[in-house]
Amino acid sequence: MTITTLATLAADLDSGKRSSVEITQDYLNRIKHSDHNAFISVNEELALTQAKSADEKRANGDSSPLLGVPVAQKDIFCIDGTQTTCGSKILENFVAPYTATVVGNMQSQGVISMGKTNMDEFAMGSSNETSYFGGVNNPWRSTAKGYENKNLVPGGSSGGSAAAVSALLAPAATGTDTGGSIRQPAAFCNLTGIKPSYGRCSRYGMIAFASSLDQAGPMTHTAEDAALLLNTMVGFDAKDSTSLNVPAEDFTASLNDSLEGLRIGLPKEFFGEGLDSEMATIIETAVKQFESLGATIKEVSLPNSHLALPSYYVIAPAEASSNLSRFDGVRYGFRAEEYSDLDDMYTKTRSEGFGDEVKRRIMIGAYALSSGYYDAYYSQAQKLRRLISNDFTCAFTECDVIMGPTTPSPAFEAGSRSDDPVSMYLNDIYTIPANLAGLPAGSIPAGFTSNGLPTGLHLITPYLQEAKMLNIAHKFQQTTDWHTRVAPTAIGGSQ
Amino acid sequence: MFTWDKRWEVVIGLEVHAQLQTKSKIFSGSSIAYGAEANTQASAVDIALPGVLPVMNLEAARLAVKFGLAIGAHINQRNVFARKNYFYPDLPKGYQISQMELPIVGFGEMDIETPEGPKTIGITRAHLEEDAGKSLHEDFHGQTGIDLNRAGTPLLEIVSEPDMRSPAEAVTYLRKLHSLVRYIEICDGNMQEGSFRCDANVSIRPRGQEALGTRTELKNINSFRFVERAMEYEIERQIDILEEGGSITQETRLYDSDKHETRSMRSKEEAHDYRYFPDPDLPPMILEDSFLDEVRATLPELPTAKKERFQNEFGLSLDDAETLTADRQTADFFETVSKSTKAESKIVANWMSGELFANLNKSELEISDSPIDTSQFALLLDRIADKTLSGNTAKKVFAALWDQEGDVDSIIEAKGLKQITDTGAIEAVVDDVIAACPEQVQQFKDGNEKVIGFLVGQVMKQSRGKANPQMANEMLLAKLV
Repeated sequence: MTITTLATLAADLDSGKRSSVEITQDYLNRIKHSDHNAFISVNEELALTQAKSADEKRANGDSSPLLGVPVAQKDIFCIDGTQTTCGSKILENFVAPYTATVVGNMQSQGVISMGKTNMDEFAMGSSNETSYFGGVNNPWRSTAKGYENKNLVPGGSSGGSAAAVSALLAPAATGTDTGGSIRQPAAFCNLTGIKPSYGRCSRYGMIAFASSLDQAGPMTHTAEDAALLLNTMVGFDAKDSTSLNVPAEDFTASLNDSLEGLRIGLPKEFFGEGLDSEMATIIETAVKQFESLGATIKEVSLPNSHLALPSYYVIAPAEASSNLSRFDGVRYGFRAEEYSDLDDMYTKTRSEGFGDEVKRRIMIGAYALSSGYYDAYYSQAQKLRRLISNDFTCAFTECDVIMGPTTPSPAFEAGSRSDDPVSMYLNDIYTIPANLAGLPAGSIPAGFTSNGLPTGLHLITPYLQEAKMLNIAHKFQQTTDWHTRVAPTAIGGSQ
Repeated sequence: MFTWDKRWEVVIGLEVHAQLQTKSKIFSGSSIAYGAEANTQASAVDIALPGVLPVMNLEAARLAVKFGLAIGAHINQRNVFARKNYFYPDLPKGYQISQMELPIVGFGEMDIETPEGPKTIGITRAHLEEDAGKSLHEDFHGQTGIDLNRAGTPLLEIVSEPDMRSPAEAVTYLRKLHSLVRYIEICDGNMQEGSFRCDANVSIRPRGQEALGTRTELKNINSFRFVERAMEYEIERQIDILEEGGSITQETRLYDSDKHETRSMRSKEEAHDYRYFPDPDLPPMILEDSFLDEVRATLPELPTAKKERFQNEFGLSLDDAETLTADRQTADFFETVSKSTKAESKIVANWMSGELFANLNKSELEISDSPIDTSQFALLLDRIADKTLSGNTAKKVFAALWDQEGDVDSIIEAKGLKQITDTGAIEAVVDDVIAACPEQVQQFKDGNEKVIGFLVGQVMKQSRGKANPQMANEMLLAKLV
């Protein structure tokens, strides 16, 4: 069994070796045989209709690079006529009457949406365990004695997307990243995951968690695939006032640029206490690899990075508490069956409709915004956010890319941290600063622990320098094969 | 005169919600036309589907800036939208997008006329926000229906300083504001449809005391008459409480116009904590100087400037100028007529304030709906100036014009109202009257000059109103003296 990249599928489609219908049907079959619980819903009919139409377009001369390639969509994106749950009971039966701009962009390039992937409820979680539709099994297993049959979490919140690609149920998937929700599961599942600069991808039609941090991005096997998929996702959108109006870029154009003279910064704060020592070694080895590609390595400092987590856990819940107010049982979605009056309807609908983690964050957020506490929490957190952002500006005067571990430890056993929110929150300690600063960041496969678990190398580049990051990742993948390793529970295809 | 004048000083501040005359909603492309079938003007954004985002309608900003410039206010060229969070079924997102710390319009002022002379009312701020939908409690068998057509309609909330000292003063300010927003064409001012709504913050304090008393906020007052009555009721209520040794509870009260009373809606303890914070979906709005210049260029001449110009240019009295500049259509009507008629401006003013306004009021019509247009009105006054019509016959022509019986000249012709100015013709009638009224002629000659009026009246009667009364008068005097 080997991984199949978007680039390979595109070449097969282009040469006529396989049709989109054949490829799509193959993946749909794999999904049926999987027990990873990676999907909340699969739209077989819609996918095959789109595949058929892609084949026709190709016959008529359309040569869009990803025309006819099927992918999985995180169930946070609205797609016209399909169930869109955001991993929550409160939207269990919600059918979106419109399509998210990112998905619309992909579809206009001929990319096929096979189904909606599982996720932490409203993207709040780092293990996919907060999903109303159940946890997702990481296709990877620990080889440690006694762990061979134990399920590990795929990370979160884009856990279903990560598992789907890692288990070979889809060649690529979309994810969203508010504090690490693309990069942490990519690291746990041995994938390439990119969170673009804030504003690259339109947020229209992407169900909001924390509006000032949320950003969609690709989850793929390779950096080249990430560049290909990102090309179809981005673009200015007049329907999103925070969308960036910047000239279109081909992210594949500079993939093979030389890394001669590249300055890599390693923030000392990312290699301190809390980092698994085995992982530290893997990351250091991976970074060393770049020296052979002509890069230089130096230590840098992000002195305020210890403030990122506390700042994030005020800002994100504050925005979420307000964003999730619309789920009130009045117009759509779940409504409690019995209630005595309006207040009771709200209370019961939201008590029964939301899971514990979502409720916890709504309460934290409402508290942080309440009168008398606003200055101490929300205003203060915004100030910290600026300090963190300034740290990057300073660091990037000395280096072109910042590297470190994506997570402090590898994938953990399901259930092992779900009762301890703070230890769960620590998963995102290295990824959150890039969200707060709005910078592009990614995770790429960097090697395996002695127990056979994937480790992610975290890359952060200056604002709008996704192309640089993809170039760095691609060159690394040209000289390593970590990203080509196949997970033990992956589902074989028919090729 | 109310008793509160003696011991108590009244302090009133008003919060006015003016619906801005845009074509579409403030954050979506839906129409804001009034009276459409329920929920037919509610898009995905308006009903707050998951994932939708607001996009600012720049036209609303333009109208808000227009208001700010009209009252000489500070315009915040960087202003910020904030979310006001609360749950209510007609508030689809669970928050209202409004402005908190940095409103689009900062401090400005407006002058009003009071019986004690002119007074300046401070306008603290004016900010943009979206309206909520409507809850419908009838026809749903004990349940509540929600109509979201109004949700997202752009509003400008204009907040005054607590500068008013009586309900009458507050109403004067409110009328002035109402006139201004229509003048500059940012709001249609229709109170019945809720396009112009007023909340009043009312408190009292012993005369001489500087500290403000505890205030109550009166909501749901939707006409000028009710505003004044609601405040009067509320002031009496507060005085009764304080004079009996009680204390005022800070609360929101609803005015019930049927029962003429206010009643508590929610107290401070029950007041919402709105958890305001800057809306992360909308970056701060930056208004360039060029935008302000562009808006400034669209400002019409403002009422105060127009009032002064009408006095200087047309020689109008302050009262006439005030009446004729109360709204833009009236002022335009006056100016158009004045410039096209040979009649003096004073005559134009008199005929407008007299016949025209009386008829408009009786028919409950706006001047823009007047059945007599400016050209016919000007022609009518021309016919008085050239002595074709007397004041009395002109009124007959006016009535016929109002009933749309034709144009000025054809009506004069048809009704035979042309004034006789031919000396010979008048002289013949004058001679007849002198011959027919020897008694009155003798009285005049004995020094009773007042009797001339009777004789002129006889001339007019005999000529069936057509003789020029001034000529008749002169001719009678010439023959009798």
